[in-house]
Amino acid sequence: MNAPEKPPLKIGLFATCLVDLLRPSVGFAAARLLTQAGCDVHVPTAQTCCGQPAYNSGDAKDARALAINVIAAFENFDYVVAPSGSCAGMIREHYPALFKDDGPLKARAESLAAKTHELLSFLVDVIGMDNFDARFDARATYHDSCAALREMGVHGQARALMQNVQGLALHEITGEQEKDSCCGFGGLFSVKYADISTRIVDAKIEAIEKTGADVLLGGDLGCLINIAGRLQRRGSKISTRHLAEVLAGTHLETPPIGEKG
Amino acid sequence: MRSTIADFTANARKGIADKNLQAALSRLSEGFPMKRLEAISRLPEFKQLCDEAKQIKDHTLANLADYLEAYEEKATAAGAHVHWASDGADARDIILKICQDAGAKTVTKGKSMISEEVAINEHLSANGIEPIETDLGEYIIQLRDEPPSHIIAPAIHLSKEQVAETFRTEHTEFSADRILTEPRAMLDEARTVLRRRFVAADVGITGANMLIAETGSSVIVTNEGNGDLTQTLPNTHIVIASIEKVVPTLEAAATILRVLARSATGQDITVYTTFSTGPARPDDPDGPQNYHVVILDNGRSKMLGGEFHDMLRCIKCAACVNHCPVYKAIGGHAYGWVYSGPMGAVLVPGLRGLAEAHDLPAASTLCGKCQDVCPMGIPLPRMLRDWRTRDFDRGRPTAARFGLKTWAWLARHPRLYRLVTTIGTGVLMIFGGGRFRWLPLAGGWTKTRDLAAPEGGSFVGLWKRGER
Repeated sequence: MNAPEKPPLKIGLFATCLVDLLRPSVGFAAARLLTQAGCDVHVPTAQTCCGQPAYNSGDAKDARALAINVIAAFENFDYVVAPSGSCAGMIREHYPALFKDDGPLKARAESLAAKTHELLSFLVDVIGMDNFDARFDARATYHDSCAALREMGVHGQARALMQNVQGLALHEITGEQEKDSCCGFGGLFSVKYADISTRIVDAKIEAIEKTGADVLLGGDLGCLINIAGRLQRRGSKISTRHLAEVLAGTHLETPPIGEKG
Repeated sequence: MRSTIADFTANARKGIADKNLQAALSRLSEGFPMKRLEAISRLPEFKQLCDEAKQIKDHTLANLADYLEAYEEKATAAGAHVHWASDGADARDIILKICQDAGAKTVTKGKSMISEEVAINEHLSANGIEPIETDLGEYIIQLRDEPPSHIIAPAIHLSKEQVAETFRTEHTEFSADRILTEPRAMLDEARTVLRRRFVAADVGITGANMLIAETGSSVIVTNEGNGDLTQTLPNTHIVIASIEKVVPTLEAAATILRVLARSATGQDITVYTTFSTGPARPDDPDGPQNYHVVILDNGRSKMLGGEFHDMLRCIKCAACVNHCPVYKAIGGHAYGWVYSGPMGAVLVPGLRGLAEAHDLPAASTLCGKCQDVCPMGIPLPRMLRDWRTRDFDRGRPTAARFGLKTWAWLARHPRLYRLVTTIGTGVLMIFGGGRFRWLPLAGGWTKTRDLAAPEGGSFVGLWKRGER
C-alpha cells in the first residue's frame, strides 16, 4: 500500500500593501510560484498593512492594532509568505516585541512569527525549490534590501533562483560598502528626510550603474520603487523589477516598475 | 560646545551640498570599513572576543556602583584624587578649580569626547586659562573654531588643502612661502608648534578609554603619542571619564582593547596604549606630581536598567558611524553636537533631551548595518525606534501624525480600506501613465524622484474576483 500523499501546504499569501495597491502583478507572480511549488495559496481579504509605518514612527498603539488584524487573518495557515523581506521581517522579528507584555497575544504573535517567511527564502529553504524554468534575457544586478539581508537572512537564496533563470547574467554590485548598502528608502524617511534619502539612493545608483546591468532586480517593492524613481529621474535606461516577476514570467505581461504598458 | 542639533535638516542639506565634505566622506566610508574588515579577517576569534567584551560590559554595568567604588579605592591608594561630577557644570567647576589651584596658564589636552561633552575648553578660556588640543585632528579644528565631525577622526571633514590654508593663517611664525602640499609637512609644522606647548603646559587633561577597577588605572589609546606627552609632562594630570568606562580587571581591559582598534581604525592595536596609575612615584624619572580623575555621570545613570541601558556598553569605536549611510550622506556636523552617526543618534537624546534632539533618531532608514558591525552588539536600530516611540508619545511628529493615524485607522477597517484604496489607486492609475513626476502631498518624494503609478486594481480585489 502506498503511503497517503501529504496534503499541500496551506499558504496565507500576505501581498503587502505596496504590492496590493501599486503592483498587483508581484502578488500574482508570488501566487504562481507558490502554486508551482505545490502549495495551496490563499489570499485573506482582511489583509491590509503590517503596521510597519506606524511601528517605525513610534506609534506603538496603532502598530499593535494592525498587528492584531494580521495575526487574526493569517494564524490558521501552515505558513505566511510575503514577497518582501521588510514586511515579513516586521511579522517575524517585531510582532513578538510589540506584545512582549501581553501573554496571550505574545503567544499568538510568536506562533505567527515562527511560520512567516519572505517569498524567495521560503521557496528555497522551506520548499527546497530553486528552479522555476524561467527565461529572462538580461544583464541584471540585484539589490539586497536591508530587512531581507539583515533581519531575514536572504542572500544566497535569491542567487540560487537567479542562477536557474535562462538568459539571465548576474552582475553583482561590488565594493565592500556598496554591495550591501541601504538604498535610502526607509519608508517615511524617504519623504521626511528626502534630501538625505536622495543622497543615499544616488550612491546606490552609482554602484548599480558600475555593474553595467540593464535591469535591477530585488525582493522588496519599497526599495525598488525608490531606486526606480530616482533612476528614471536621472534619465537612466536601467529598468527595475521584483525578482518574483522574472521567476514567474509575469514580466512578459507587465512593464517594469514606473513604466508605461 | 554650542549645539545646532535643532537645525538638523538645514545642517544636513548644507553637508550634502559641500563638495569637500562629500569627497572626505567617500574616502572615510571606503577606508575605515575596508581596514576593519581586513583586521577582523586576520583574527578568526574576533566574533568570540566581541561576545566576551560584551559580557564584560554587561557584568560591569550590572554591578556598576561596586566597580566604581572599587576603582576609586584603588586609584586613591595610588595617590589619585577622585572627583564625582553629576553633570557638565559640575565637571567644569571641578576641572577649573584644579587648574586654578595649580596656577595654570596653559592646559594641554588629549582627544576626549567627554571633554567636548562638558565643553571644558570654552569654560577654561572664559576663565583666563588657555586650552591647547594636541591630537592633530583636534588641534586643526580648534584653530578653525569648529566642533569635531567624527568621534575618532575629528577633522575628517577637511581636505589637506583646507588644513594648509588654516596653518598659513594661524602659524604666522613660519615663512609665508613655505611648501605645505604634503601631509607630512603639515604634521611636522604642527609638531614644532605643539612641542613648545607640551613643555610649557601646567596641566594636562586626557580622557580615558577605560578605568580599571582592579588596579585604579586609566587607559588611553592614541596613534600620535600626544596623549602620553599630555599626561606625563605637566605637573598635574586630569583624567575625565564617564561612569560607564570602568572595567573590572586588566584582563578585561585587554579583551576590550583587542576589539576596540580593530573595530575603529582596523589596526590590531593602536600605536600607543598607555596605562597610568596615580601620580609619579618617588623613584619614577618623570610624571605628574598631581593626578586627578573626574568621573562624569551627566544622565548616564538614568539610562541604567532602562530601554537605553545597552548603549552604555559603547566603547566609542565609531564602527557604526563609519558604516552608516546617513552619516556618509551628511557628515558629522549635521548632527549638531559632539556625537554623530547611530551612536550619537541614540546617545544625544538621552544627554540633551528629545525636545532638542528628536530629529537624530528619526533620521535613519533603520537599515541595521550599525548593529551588524557593533563589536558590543548594541541594538542601535531598536533604540532609535524606542526614541521615536517616546517622541510620538509626546505628541510629535506633528506633520506626519495625521497621515499616519489616518492610514492606521483605515488599515484597521479592511472593507473601507478596500473601497478607499480602490478609488485612490484607480484615479492615480488614470493620471499616471506609468509614473508621476509630481503629485500633491508627495513633494518630498517627487522633488528628486519619479513615483511609480499603480498598475490598476488591487491584488486582493483582483484575486477575489478570480483573476490568477
